[in-house]
Amino acid sequence: MLQLFRLTAHELHDLLVKKEISAEELNLAVFDRVEAVDDKVKAYVTMTKERALEQARSVDRQIQNAEKISPLAGIPVAIKDNMCTDGVKTTACSKMLANFVPPYSATVVKRLDGAGATMVGKTNLDEFAMGSSTENSAFFVTHNPWDTQRVPGGSSGGSAAAVAAGEAICSLGSDTGGSIRLPASFCGVVGLKPTYGAVSRYGLIAFASSLDQIGPFSKDVTDCATMLNVISGHDPFDSTSAKYNVPDYTGFLKNDVRGLKFGVPQEYMAEGINPVVREVIEKALAQLEALGAHVEYTTLPHTEYALSTYYLIAPAEASSNLARYDGVRYGFRADKANDVIDMFMKTRSEAFGSEVKRRIMLGTYALSAGYYDAYYLKALKVRTLIKQDFDRAFEKYDLLVSPVCPTTAFRIGEKTDDPLEMYLSDVCTISTNLAGIPGMSIPCGFAQGLPVGLQLMGRHFDEGTLLRTAYTFEQNTDHHKALPKL
Amino acid sequence: MITKEDVDHVALLGRLELTEGERELYTRQLNDILGHFQALERLNTENVQPTAHVLPLKNVYREDWVGQHLSRDDVLSNSPEPEENCFKVPKIV
Repeated sequence: MLQLFRLTAHELHDLLVKKEISAEELNLAVFDRVEAVDDKVKAYVTMTKERALEQARSVDRQIQNAEKISPLAGIPVAIKDNMCTDGVKTTACSKMLANFVPPYSATVVKRLDGAGATMVGKTNLDEFAMGSSTENSAFFVTHNPWDTQRVPGGSSGGSAAAVAAGEAICSLGSDTGGSIRLPASFCGVVGLKPTYGAVSRYGLIAFASSLDQIGPFSKDVTDCATMLNVISGHDPFDSTSAKYNVPDYTGFLKNDVRGLKFGVPQEYMAEGINPVVREVIEKALAQLEALGAHVEYTTLPHTEYALSTYYLIAPAEASSNLARYDGVRYGFRADKANDVIDMFMKTRSEAFGSEVKRRIMLGTYALSAGYYDAYYLKALKVRTLIKQDFDRAFEKYDLLVSPVCPTTAFRIGEKTDDPLEMYLSDVCTISTNLAGIPGMSIPCGFAQGLPVGLQLMGRHFDEGTLLRTAYTFEQNTDHHKALPKL
Repeated sequence: MITKEDVDHVALLGRLELTEGERELYTRQLNDILGHFQALERLNTENVQPTAHVLPLKNVYREDWVGQHLSRDDVLSNSPEPEENCFKVPKIV
């Protein structure tokens, strides 16, 4: 029997248009799959079945009336639970917002709605997107579909695991320092963090506003381009959204990398990288070369400073963004407070989890009188140097290629006691957020049975070259076709 | 070196009330983490401009027109304690 949940959006679209399946049937198949495996994976915090089936039936009516449907019409999509969904609980997986029902939708959610995509549900994340494993969710831990003893990566772990496990066809995540690419790598799916400003952040619960960016997860590169077509473009509701001509991203899906020049930053392949991961990455690099690309080692000399820079800037911005959670207008409020300041203190202390408090402390310290210059301002200056490294590299190379993470998915509980060790999971992904450039993770093989992601990094607004390269790699390999046994 | 008193001060600025356990934990961890970050001091950044933001954006203006807005009920719908179309809070002074 044809298992619909295993197919891609473009394959399903063809079946819908040919009337071989209905959108309702497709959505029911995905909800059955969720019922069958989500006990093991725990990708979702909220299901929106009634809403999805209603959306699906409306798509079916369009098909019956011989109307042209969009490539995502009727396709079941999961949304990370830090994006506002009108009338559907949006928690950021924090006790602070456990009962928050937004009165409006994020721009990306509206655009998916407009394209006819159905919403399966809201997916688990590290509280306020702060984490690399989804273990910081205030609700429960998400498990990696490839090995349920292991983490799916984070913070968008629920969205990545849902696509890998067939519990959604595509999904949305957000990426502040690797939160799309790391879980994509650990779960063996395609994940793209677009250029800063390419996708509206309106309705995304803010973590670090100069770094946050929304992007898609999918089973293949074609679906990634289709999702990007729908979600990108200028939005007057986000003042940092860029005005640019959005191309048809599917136009870049060409099986040809001949003549492209790829640089491999040597710092990303240095001694910290797990030898089995290195082996898989080197093989992928050799494949790209065999396909006609020119691949050579290069240098991003300030890489060793990126982690410190990121973990000063991101918490500083977070400490400011999270000041809004004071128990007054929405969210949790502690009772038995003596006065308003006491209410703020009790509310925040009771409802924020340990990692969120740690980052508020770190960020507040870096911004506080006497330390601002030494920490925050210093980090902003080093950010300039890191960005200049990339500017220089892109004078010579069309793309930079590297591992997404020095390791494969680690065991649940392995890094929870040591925040610095956990932060090191982001060492290969954070620089792209600091520089604002696009970054992508594509499945490039397996190490000891666990997926490995290859990272592609490009010039600002050059998602096209990322997609072209990813597509070429995918057409000539079959790593993306492997499925986890659940 | 960050002392427990520094941690208390920062917690107050961040409007957090720490337990004794958290106070000790964050003192140790902030020292570990910021100690690691001191590597930044090795870099000479005297003539480097800071980057707060990667896009070449200045102030973003728009025409001053009245658009669609959320209704008062919607705005108050998530309030822990609404009263007479206001957000009620404990005593301020």
